[in-house]
Amino acid sequence: MSSHEDPSAPLQGAPSKNTERKLKNETRTQLISFLLMIFITSMAFISIGSDAVPNGFAIPFILMLAGVQVVLQLYFFMHMNEKGTGWINVMIWSGLFVAALTVGALMFLIGEVKY
Amino acid sequence: MSYAKAQSKNVVWDWLTTVDHKKVGILYLAGGAFFFALGGIEAVLMRIQLMFPDMAIVQAQTFNELLTMHGTTMIFLAAMPLLFGFMNFIIPLQIGARDVAFPFLNALGFWLFFFGGLLLYVSLFTGGAPDAGWTAYVPLSSNSPGQGLDYYVLGLQVSGLGTLIGGINFLVTIINMRAPGMSMMRMPLFTWSSFVASMLILFAFPALTIGLLLLMLERLFGATYFAVDFGGNIIIWQHLFWIFGHPEVYILILPAFGIFSEVIPTFAKKRLFGYSAMVFATLIIGFLGFMVWAHHMFTVGMGPVANAIFAVATMAIAVPTGIKIFNWLLTLWGGRIQFTTANLFALGFIPSFVMGGVTGVMLATSAANYQFHDTYFVVAHFHYVIIGGVVFGLFAAAFYWWPKMFGYRLSETLGKWFFWLFLIGFHMTFFVQHFLGLMGMPRRVASFLPGQGLDAMNFISTIGAFLMSIAFIILLIAIFASTKNRDNVQDPWDGRTLEWTVPTPVPEYNFAQTPLVRDLDPYWYEKHEGDGKIKAAEPLGEIHMPNATVLPVTISAGLIVASFGFIYHVLPLIIGGFIITFGAMFVRSIKEDHGYHIPVDVIKRDKEEGK
Repeated sequence: MSSHEDPSAPLQGAPSKNTERKLKNETRTQLISFLLMIFITSMAFISIGSDAVPNGFAIPFILMLAGVQVVLQLYFFMHMNEKGTGWINVMIWSGLFVAALTVGALMFLIGEVKY
Repeated sequence: MSYAKAQSKNVVWDWLTTVDHKKVGILYLAGGAFFFALGGIEAVLMRIQLMFPDMAIVQAQTFNELLTMHGTTMIFLAAMPLLFGFMNFIIPLQIGARDVAFPFLNALGFWLFFFGGLLLYVSLFTGGAPDAGWTAYVPLSSNSPGQGLDYYVLGLQVSGLGTLIGGINFLVTIINMRAPGMSMMRMPLFTWSSFVASMLILFAFPALTIGLLLLMLERLFGATYFAVDFGGNIIIWQHLFWIFGHPEVYILILPAFGIFSEVIPTFAKKRLFGYSAMVFATLIIGFLGFMVWAHHMFTVGMGPVANAIFAVATMAIAVPTGIKIFNWLLTLWGGRIQFTTANLFALGFIPSFVMGGVTGVMLATSAANYQFHDTYFVVAHFHYVIIGGVVFGLFAAAFYWWPKMFGYRLSETLGKWFFWLFLIGFHMTFFVQHFLGLMGMPRRVASFLPGQGLDAMNFISTIGAFLMSIAFIILLIAIFASTKNRDNVQDPWDGRTLEWTVPTPVPEYNFAQTPLVRDLDPYWYEKHEGDGKIKAAEPLGEIHMPNATVLPVTISAGLIVASFGFIYHVLPLIIGGFIITFGAMFVRSIKEDHGYHIPVDVIKRDKEEGK
């Protein structure tokens, strides 16, 4: 019976033209984003190693690069840009929002400085 | 496992190993009721101690332990599991699913909660329960002598893990397992509010986990996160606790709102007024729930701007809550209202909860909060919202869904006695506490002196607590005395949603054929626009069921063994416990477990027998 088919079984036969084109596109996207990430990571190392960024700005600068990289990772490597990921997007961004709130609160509200 | 083998099990083994969402739901209810009774006994003991000035029924230290255990028990081990019980049983039925998305994790979540709760209660017998309040503020908690607080930390850590697993399970179930036609905006409000509550669980519990972990490291391994003399900061705990703690109260109240949104339309014979407004109000309450935690900390000294921001954000929550209250009132407006016990609780909820909401806005006024903070005013406020909201919701749900869950209707006569005694007792206990608080009686005091104008109201409060206890005993009597009401249990209230379409007792596969949903309130729609029967979305076929397994109990038991190891610094116990837990997880990972199929002729036979 059809309800007994194993959904994880390997696909049979050759992919269609359309699927082949999609796969090719995806390979290109993955390669480009991979190169971009290597570039971002090396930027972080080089900028700090060569003192190109002023000291006061160094940490925000790396954090910014890290943020960009996280988003790229989520959307291109972990396929959050694909169709049918609406709820995943909602959950990830809500989680990031709450996490940011927590970190922000612990940075600003526990010190000697009163706001 | 074959179908025949899955059917033949002894009763105890069946309940220990079940992964059926209906049985797990009943386990949650039983476990929650057990802890609810314990928490109630603690409350009554405290009220007896405060009945007259200078009483010495219990020692001050015992009183501290009682109030800590009462709060911790009622929040973590009674209210949440009881709600989880109803969510487990009802949500899959309401969305037309055969089980939750992860039946194994569902059972695991229950056993983690139950063993975590038992671990917390073992502390009573090992030289002192935790005594630092349910909030366990440092440094009181980090310096508390004895093992009480260690039990608190590890018990909550284990049961919190269970809650987190349960929350994720409901999220995945509701997103993925809705029947054809059941779009998000056709979901019953109980499912919607449980969905939002599960989101809050997912995002709020990690903060508690981290807080408890820090406290555990501090107490057991000498870390210094909260030790001021080592450069630590005690406010970190308060923030972490309330970043969890405030969403936690919405985790409790939102499913209760959902219950009222089911009960009121059913007994007013009208569809819910403003369905979409209700959904968005629920979402907004969930969102704002994360914006307001620091209103528990106004007197900490965060500064005027921070206080003002959190005060305004807190008051903003009154808007979506007000939308809900008005929608319930407008659902009742012009309806043919039936005063069943379930509906009485829903009707009693509205004014009681509004009173709690009004004192909430008073407390949110950060300047005035300096006066209210840590007085009985706060105690009165949160009992008004938690009993007037959550507990009324639980009782309404019990009377409403009892026929579907247990196959008999609870006696309405006893139910009405129960409702009126409970309502009167509740208001008697807590209404006067507003004034005790305004007169300056601090919360968490083990005794008070005579001649300060506190005697009469404390006495009234205690009498009210007795009335609530008598009411609760009447509920217990009703549960055992009503078992003969076995007629009219399939759809006793002329219901609107899918759970009333399945036979009672509910077969293990819930729906012989997945239902086709054609409107909001699908059963009501089919009753009045169709032929009174839900249309099927698939042909009759074999049904795939998960196998029962003893691994959830094993995993949870291992964590308890390890917890004892941590509490008493016994390395072999820690290692042994983790071997049991991770060994069971390993077995789960490598053992092929495909479940079994219920053959078509069994389903056909059930259908013919009208089961």
